[in-house]
Amino acid sequence: MLLKDTIRESQAFLNRAIIAGLLVLAAVLMLVWRMVQLQIIDHEHFTTLSRENRVKVLPLPPTRGLIYDRKGVLLAQNRPAYSLEITPEQVENLDATLAELSKVIEVGDEDLERFWQLKKRRRRFDSVPIRVNLSQDETAQFAVHRHRFPGVDIKAQLLRHYPHDVKTTHVLGYVGRISQRDLEQIDVSNYAGTSHIGKNGVEKTYESALHGAVGLEQVEVNAAGRKVRTLEQTPPESGVDIHLHLDIALQEVAMKAFGDNNGAAVAINPKNGGILAFVSQPGYDPNLFVEGISTKNYDALQDDESRPLYNRALRGQYPPGSTVKPFMGLAGLERGAIQFDSSVYCPGFFQLPGNTHRYRDWKKTGHGTMDLDAAIVQSCDVFFYKLAYELGVDQLNDFLSQFGFGGRTGIDLTGESTGLLPSREWKRRAKRQPWYPGETLIMGIGQGYFLATPLQLAAATAAIANNGTFYTPHVVDHLSSRESGEVTPIPPSAHVIPVAREQNWEDVRQGMLHVIESPRGTAKRIRNDRYKIAGKTGTAQVFTVAQDAEYDEETLEKKLRDHALFIAYAPADDPQIAVAVVVENGGHGGSVAAPIARAIMDAYLYPDDPPPGDGT
Amino acid sequence: MSYSPRQLGDLTPTNPNRRQGLLAVFHIDLPLLVGLLLLCGFGLIVLYSASGENFGQMERQALRIVLALAVMVAVAQVSPATLRRWSPWLYAAGMAMLVAVLVFGEVGKGAQRWLDLGIVRFQPSELVKLAVPLMIAWYLAEKRLPPSWQRLAIAAVLIVAPVLLIAKQPDLGTAVLVASAGIFVLFLAGISWQLIGGLTVAAGAAAPVVWYLMRDYQRQRVLTFLDPEKDPLGAGYHIIQSKIAIGSGGVYGKGWLNGTQSQLDFLPERHTDFIFAVLSEEFGLIGVLILLSLFLFVIGRGLYIATRAQDTFTRLLAGSLTLVFFVYLFVNTGMVSGLLPVVGVPLPLVSYGGTSLVTLMAGFGMLMSIHTHRRLLPT
Repeated sequence: MLLKDTIRESQAFLNRAIIAGLLVLAAVLMLVWRMVQLQIIDHEHFTTLSRENRVKVLPLPPTRGLIYDRKGVLLAQNRPAYSLEITPEQVENLDATLAELSKVIEVGDEDLERFWQLKKRRRRFDSVPIRVNLSQDETAQFAVHRHRFPGVDIKAQLLRHYPHDVKTTHVLGYVGRISQRDLEQIDVSNYAGTSHIGKNGVEKTYESALHGAVGLEQVEVNAAGRKVRTLEQTPPESGVDIHLHLDIALQEVAMKAFGDNNGAAVAINPKNGGILAFVSQPGYDPNLFVEGISTKNYDALQDDESRPLYNRALRGQYPPGSTVKPFMGLAGLERGAIQFDSSVYCPGFFQLPGNTHRYRDWKKTGHGTMDLDAAIVQSCDVFFYKLAYELGVDQLNDFLSQFGFGGRTGIDLTGESTGLLPSREWKRRAKRQPWYPGETLIMGIGQGYFLATPLQLAAATAAIANNGTFYTPHVVDHLSSRESGEVTPIPPSAHVIPVAREQNWEDVRQGMLHVIESPRGTAKRIRNDRYKIAGKTGTAQVFTVAQDAEYDEETLEKKLRDHALFIAYAPADDPQIAVAVVVENGGHGGSVAAPIARAIMDAYLYPDDPPPGDGT
Repeated sequence: MSYSPRQLGDLTPTNPNRRQGLLAVFHIDLPLLVGLLLLCGFGLIVLYSASGENFGQMERQALRIVLALAVMVAVAQVSPATLRRWSPWLYAAGMAMLVAVLVFGEVGKGAQRWLDLGIVRFQPSELVKLAVPLMIAWYLAEKRLPPSWQRLAIAAVLIVAPVLLIAKQPDLGTAVLVASAGIFVLFLAGISWQLIGGLTVAAGAAAPVVWYLMRDYQRQRVLTFLDPEKDPLGAGYHIIQSKIAIGSGGVYGKGWLNGTQSQLDFLPERHTDFIFAVLSEEFGLIGVLILLSLFLFVIGRGLYIATRAQDTFTRLLAGSLTLVFFVYLFVNTGMVSGLLPVVGVPLPLVSYGGTSLVTLMAGFGMLMSIHTHRRLLPT
């Protein structure tokens, strides 16, 4: 090769090398410009994105308030519970995972059913429980195999538990998973970390107090969404604790006293309207509902003929029967239809003027001459037929409504029934018929259209015991905050039933006292030597006996038998407790319902002293 | 012919300094060595953070660097004349192994790149990265420059054949690097501007054909590159997260070990292909400029060595090796910053991993050899 060529080539190469170097510089400048664009011009934009990437705001659910009875017995608590949850997003093959999982830990059909149901409602990155209430062994068992199940994790949460299960259901209600319908009624952000909400009972009425306020936590998360550290925290505000008037011991005694019978019992403190016992038999286990009841269990409850889900004390509407007689008597005295000593002859039936229809007394042979006291004691129907006839439906409606009949008592439980206090206006509206005078008579003995709930009966009885001061029944006595120690009493609210003559209360109460104390009293069997009870029995017809037919308890099917009712308060001279008992298809009030009331009153007035047996 | 004193100085080691002497004995170019060591050192610092403060990982990488430097020194001992003699044989061996890898090769991550030689697993494409510039430089230096059309055509075939074999593996990144290595030799050999212009137009026309030949995942990469936001959780996730990392770094960066995108796993492949994003997030624009300056220094030194080389073969080889090193840098940083499509090219000397490190250092060994094995020019 010629030297000249070499130099020429060297020169040509130098040219190209310089051009290449310039191209390199240009490319680097382009790169630097790109960096300037990203790191200076759009810096803020990317800083925001970076922050959004890593910072998540997580809700801190508050701890639900506890519920205690009047003596401080815990009725609703929060128990740590372990559940196995699956995050669908993190699972490649859900079916395979479930199949594999069921080899490690028991997964029933119900679990699967609930899993698929919940999964539909949740977002893909939310975890869905496949098993709840894992035992310690199960938790340990899964932990061993955990590495094989990405996306499956054990979660601990506080779960509501009702240690007295069936005894408290109809008062406390229960909490359940928040439903779509609940979501429409709550402040969603306050419930951001909460899975359960009060579905009925005290749990529902006092939901906002029990729930508390949600806290917030700003956390730094990694790309997998796992928390790395906490940046900022606003702690949640625990729900306040609730203290009931309810006495769980009383509740237990009442339920035991019912035996196999269905019915309801409500006990009220007449001095403030506090609910001491609130029983609807049969009950059911509220704990079943906390983690979502299975369809099978729910159907079983739903189809049960004794209707355990039905809150008889609150929603059961029964003809009050003869238990209205003291109220009727008071109405008569107040409105001047009778005097305390006015007497009526009872031949065993009553006839409206110009009408041949006989309104029969329960005692076919008649009671003979009756004054108010005797008529209450022996529960003479004829006396009250006549009284009702003389007062007329308008006055009856007007007077009885003061005791809360036909309207909600305003108790702090949801779903209360109004019962039915009939009136002309009501009948025109509901039945498109005029009011017939005969219906007034039937109403006068608490039958016909007249319906009352056990709660209404108890509240009205308490008003009699209390000289006409009608306290709105309430379950909750006070709230207390664990955090601040602050106690918020729920003040009783009351209205006074005005009377023209104070003595009238005394007269009616005298009659009620004699129902137990007099040898002819319909509830004399619950008489005792320790304290005096005033009350009134009742029998509500389920089945209408034909004009001349006999009602024969023995031959009737149980479900057609009369309901047995009893209202009472004690001690008669200084009432501490008022009770209403309804025993469905129980027959006579005096024989079936009154002993239940007695058991409740014994347990309340002498809590440490077992009853010595009947005083008679 | 006259020589400047400086050129003469290079020819005769006049400096009696002992260290300088030692460097000369081992054919080491000090500026290049310093540049490379600084880059590797900076890389290790970033890697420590990118690996989640994994000291073991950093240690392994340091060991690889030492190994690669040893390879570099070894290669530097081989004289350019020997390199030149080996060139066709290395090329032939590389091609044979590329064919072998397609027939017997192991599949990893959806691509067939590895050849199991019993003791070591080996990527023939790494050898080809060096063999192609060696071969083309050897071939073109045989005759006078600029090359004739005929020779150009043959050179083009010599380049395209391995590139197609590598692209078929498929390894788009390496194919780009090998192709550019060959093309740089052609460019430096002084092919006419008309031809360059014509080829550029032809390349534009060939784009649809290339599109047709591309694998689905490669097309996906191009599409994602054009609009990463379209698939933020899938294909576009890499680019979006990497841009967030770079952008949120700002001028001064979030500080070493404090990059939230990197430390909280938002940035994928952060210690390998996307390590530049970690650096940009934690050290900011300033860190980027320092890194680019180090690269520019190494590239500048490489180009200087090329211009100072004594014959056509070594000039072309040195120039091509240096420019490929730049292509590495540009393709990687362009990818990470969203300028270029996502092709799997590591950031040279900085990304975690050993294979390309050894190839690169071997290349620098050749540069040192070219610069230090000097003979007096024929008179």
